[in-house]
Amino acid sequence: MRADLELIQDWIAPGSRVLDLGCGNGELLAALRERKQIIGYGLEIDPDNINQCLEQGINVIEQDLDKGLSNFATASFDVVVMTQAIQAVHYPDLLLKEMLRVGRECIVTLPNFGHWRCRWYLATKGRMPVSEFMPYTWYNTPNIHFCTFEDFENLCRTLNIEVRERFAVDRDHRHGLGSRLWPNLLGEIGIYRMAAAAP
Amino acid sequence: MPTAITADSVGLVSPRVAHFTAPLKLACGRTLTDYHLIYETYGTLNAQASNAVLICHALSGHHHAAGYHSMDDTKPGWWDSCIGPGKPIDTNQFFVVSLNNLGGCNGSLGPLSLNPATGKAYGADFPMVTVEDWVHSQARLADRLGINQWAAVVGGSLGGMQALQWSISYPDRIRHAVVIASAPRLSAQNIAFNEVARQAILSDPEFCGGHFQEQNLIPKRGLMLARMVGHITYLSDDAMGAKFGRDLKNDKLNYDFNSVAFQVESYLRYQGEEFSGRFDANTYLLMTKALDYFDPAAAYNDDLVRTLEVAKADFCLMSFTTDWRFSPARSREIVDALLEARKNVSYLEIEASQGHDAFLLPIPRYVQAFRTYMNRIAV
Repeated sequence: MRADLELIQDWIAPGSRVLDLGCGNGELLAALRERKQIIGYGLEIDPDNINQCLEQGINVIEQDLDKGLSNFATASFDVVVMTQAIQAVHYPDLLLKEMLRVGRECIVTLPNFGHWRCRWYLATKGRMPVSEFMPYTWYNTPNIHFCTFEDFENLCRTLNIEVRERFAVDRDHRHGLGSRLWPNLLGEIGIYRMAAAAP
Repeated sequence: MPTAITADSVGLVSPRVAHFTAPLKLACGRTLTDYHLIYETYGTLNAQASNAVLICHALSGHHHAAGYHSMDDTKPGWWDSCIGPGKPIDTNQFFVVSLNNLGGCNGSLGPLSLNPATGKAYGADFPMVTVEDWVHSQARLADRLGINQWAAVVGGSLGGMQALQWSISYPDRIRHAVVIASAPRLSAQNIAFNEVARQAILSDPEFCGGHFQEQNLIPKRGLMLARMVGHITYLSDDAMGAKFGRDLKNDKLNYDFNSVAFQVESYLRYQGEEFSGRFDANTYLLMTKALDYFDPAAAYNDDLVRTLEVAKADFCLMSFTTDWRFSPARSREIVDALLEARKNVSYLEIEASQGHDAFLLPIPRYVQAFRTYMNRIAV
């Protein structure tokens, strides 16, 4: 299992109602159902992924995140999760606000464009970074809203979002000393646990 | 004629008739003192009777959903693409029950049947039946067959409404509801189309107030028009364009009103005529009214969430992108209500060019998803 999915599970209480935005093949929801007896729903648009969810008996709704979450009632979920999808949506800020409306708590994981390897690539080659982890070129990438951890946390402050916990992990998904000391330079994946800040 | 019965066909099947003598009180206030339902079954009921699937038909459907009645049949049952060994509703796994609803014209008690009170056909005197009435009659058929709980109730369009109603009327008797290309109630536009169809029939002089049988007449023109209007709404603009475009019937325009100029006119006339020869006008009126009246949330202050709170089934909904008669948005209304009512639900919006008709066609993604969902139903 992808390490960010592994780490997230510690933050989800047994029996929670969980909404997974861009749930992929249902891996996270299946694991949470098994280990935490959660009641889960996934939103997904890829037909193969949807079919894999059906196969596992995961509740999956074909829904495009760019059209928002207006069909979900306020505070109708304990946790709304979005793993490595925020960089692919049209309106990350609006979606974040919607997530915090629908869920009492939110968990977001995202790739860090401020990681030293990205910076090195751009600095030395003068071209948009392409890596094993981000294998697309600028014109065909589904990832249209890359940001650094700094950028993301700035947005959270602007939207009055309280970041309750943060992990930055490196390429091997280790939560090492380096990514703890200089997350925006050495962390590749950020894992954020958030809630709407008290007014 | 089927040249040979293929391995994925249920093969030759025969309908059976179940008679019921316990009175059935209908939503309209009238009571059927006794009635009969014609049905077919495919597959084998297991010892625990836990593998039964009910098929609910749409507006012009009937009990013959799969297989052939004889080797002379030109076509198999209406949902043969989805019912059979190895098909989405796999008869190796499930015991499938398919019936003709009350008010139908294919062998269940309906307007063509003899009215014991008069000794003549019911005709227009047949009571109005609703989706709820049908579900109650289907429950009695289940009792008769020794089925306490359906593994799934499955239907498209008006059939999907019955599956939804099952989850509300008999929450303990259904484990899965598969609701395809359906709606929680008809929109004004949808009712309007039905009203045009009804007026076409009612205004045919040969309808004779619904007692045409006594005069040995059939309101063929009215039925034909009704079907033509309906048929237009079952296809998408794209599907019609692809099938007919502006193709001419005879390579030239005739500058008259009597001959057929365009292929699409010829097709509609053919469909209408074929239908008017096999379907009963009073049944058509009844079925469209059942569609119009379906509105389970009406009893709950129009609150669909509260309506569905009683349901215990898991739900699977599917819609088709170019279906404008039962558009994806209408399925979403059901999905959103189920989400808010905290039910298990999955929803797929299938890319398909064929409009409402898509639910009867073997569209690869649809068939695959349907099979996947049915496969995981525990029996």
